Amino acid sequence: MNVVSLNEKDVVIKRVKKRRIDWIIYLMTIPAVILFASFHTFPVLKGIYYSFTNWDGLSQEYSFVGLKNYINLIGDKNVWNSYIFTFKFAITSTIIVNIISLLLAIGLNSKIKFKNFLRAVYFLPNVLSILIIGFIFNYIFSYAVPSIGEKLGIEILKSNILGNPKLAWIGVVIVAVWQACALNTVLYISGLQTVPDELYEAASLDGASKFQEFWHVTFPVIAPFFTINMVLAMKNFLMVFDHVMSLTSGGPGRATESISLLIYRSGFAGGEFAYQSANSVIYFIFIIIISIIQIRFLQKRELDM
Amino acid sequence: MMKKTNWFTTILLLLGSLVILFPLYLTVSIALKNPKELADSVFSLPVGLHFENFSKAIQATNFFSAFKNSAYITIVAVVFTILTNSMVAYVIARNMNKNKFFKFLYYYFISALFVPFPIIMLPIVKQTSALGMNNPTGLAFLYIVYGIAFNIFIYVGYIRSIPTALEEAAIVDGCNTWTAFWKIIFPLMAPINATIAILTCLWAWNDFMLPLIILNDPKHTTLPLAQYVFQSEFGTNYNLAFASYLMALSPMIIVYVFAQKWIINGVTQGAVK
Repeated sequence: MNVVSLNEKDVVIKRVKKRRIDWIIYLMTIPAVILFASFHTFPVLKGIYYSFTNWDGLSQEYSFVGLKNYINLIGDKNVWNSYIFTFKFAITSTIIVNIISLLLAIGLNSKIKFKNFLRAVYFLPNVLSILIIGFIFNYIFSYAVPSIGEKLGIEILKSNILGNPKLAWIGVVIVAVWQACALNTVLYISGLQTVPDELYEAASLDGASKFQEFWHVTFPVIAPFFTINMVLAMKNFLMVFDHVMSLTSGGPGRATESISLLIYRSGFAGGEFAYQSANSVIYFIFIIIISIIQIRFLQKRELDM
Repeated sequence: MMKKTNWFTTILLLLGSLVILFPLYLTVSIALKNPKELADSVFSLPVGLHFENFSKAIQATNFFSAFKNSAYITIVAVVFTILTNSMVAYVIARNMNKNKFFKFLYYYFISALFVPFPIIMLPIVKQTSALGMNNPTGLAFLYIVYGIAFNIFIYVGYIRSIPTALEEAAIVDGCNTWTAFWKIIFPLMAPINATIAILTCLWAWNDFMLPLIILNDPKHTTLPLAQYVFQSEFGTNYNLAFASYLMALSPMIIVYVFAQKWIINGVTQGAVK
């Protein structure tokens, strides 16, 4: 046996081995890919497909109507209404949640007593079902708050905020903020813990005020966490569904009907299966545009600082 | 540098925590009152401790059946998410830099994160009922499949921090990728598996939208769905309703009290990655 043939044999063995390994890595991933494609990607494509038809969701037959659903969406008052509510709600809640969470995180990260207890309490809402929290707040808004209003004689508190078409959305914001601050606060805390102590010492030696210290020392370091929190909060709030279902069912009238709720309700029960599919495609496009703008804009700010 | 305790902040935060605790206090106290006590005062402590609210609520909402369904769905979703998603993520993480196909898979799964659920909602209901998947097992299956998009993202980041030397040694010793993963890498992934388990558990246990659209047999109802369905039956009997809410919330609260450090860490890890 000479050296060359031994080497050749080696190469052959290696090749065989490599091919066998390749076969295994595909076997370990392909089933998941097929399942994901058939239960996620396929329904997405199917939704886009239905959006060009007039199917009501039940009948045997349907036909193609081209862009008719999309054109009708533009003039639909209920659709406009749901987009205005959803965006008004999402933007307001995102801003409030981030302000409160940042303040809470600074507080919880400073030298305080009962630190672990307080952190545990502030994080608790994150593990609770939003739907049930919504039912509890529904009662608080309709009975508990008015009874305080009666006792103290404060006019604004006497009526149920959820029953007022102009103010009901604020009730939804309150519950959303109550629940969402939990997650954003712990994220800001983990951001604050990445700020080196030396920076604070240097700032205090330079005679920086508390506000200057925050703005020039703390904030630049936690900027990535600010980005995560803004994107996360905004994305979750644009999908708002459970809050509205338990607090107002979209009411009074359609005052708090979110996009998800409109698609769910009219799509299943209202015979607008294809029409609401078109609505969901528009919604999808909105989400993509917003995500891209948000990430671009906030990352640019991070670099500027 | 030892700083002294900031009492001002402590007191402010303690007062603030009442905003979180007050609705929960109200839930417990209303659940223990009878309608007359509640009518007298919304806020006072309960006097009589009306535990019969709980037994009535258990009957009205068929609590044990809903609890069993929620527990089954959550456990199946968590166990299989960890076993399957970690494996897929491992192969992607180790091959995405030398094989275009796996690079594509990575971006394919990640891009699904931008798809809002409502676009899937209408077609998936038709699909699951056509396939006979409108039951707890079908629902758990959906959590496992939908979880992939987000979990891949977290897993891949973690796996890439594990040195490849260990598996290479194992492969020289005759292991293939499958055995190398289960024997060597999977045990090393315990911390990140805990994170994924917590996130999946919170999602599957508290989710309302998927059960609402997928499950249509009353005996398959989950805990949040049961609260929604029986809302009309409670009517104005808030004592009964709150007893039911309290029972639906308490399993998670109990788990949280015991595993709070884990849960907070897990959720933070998941979001920061």
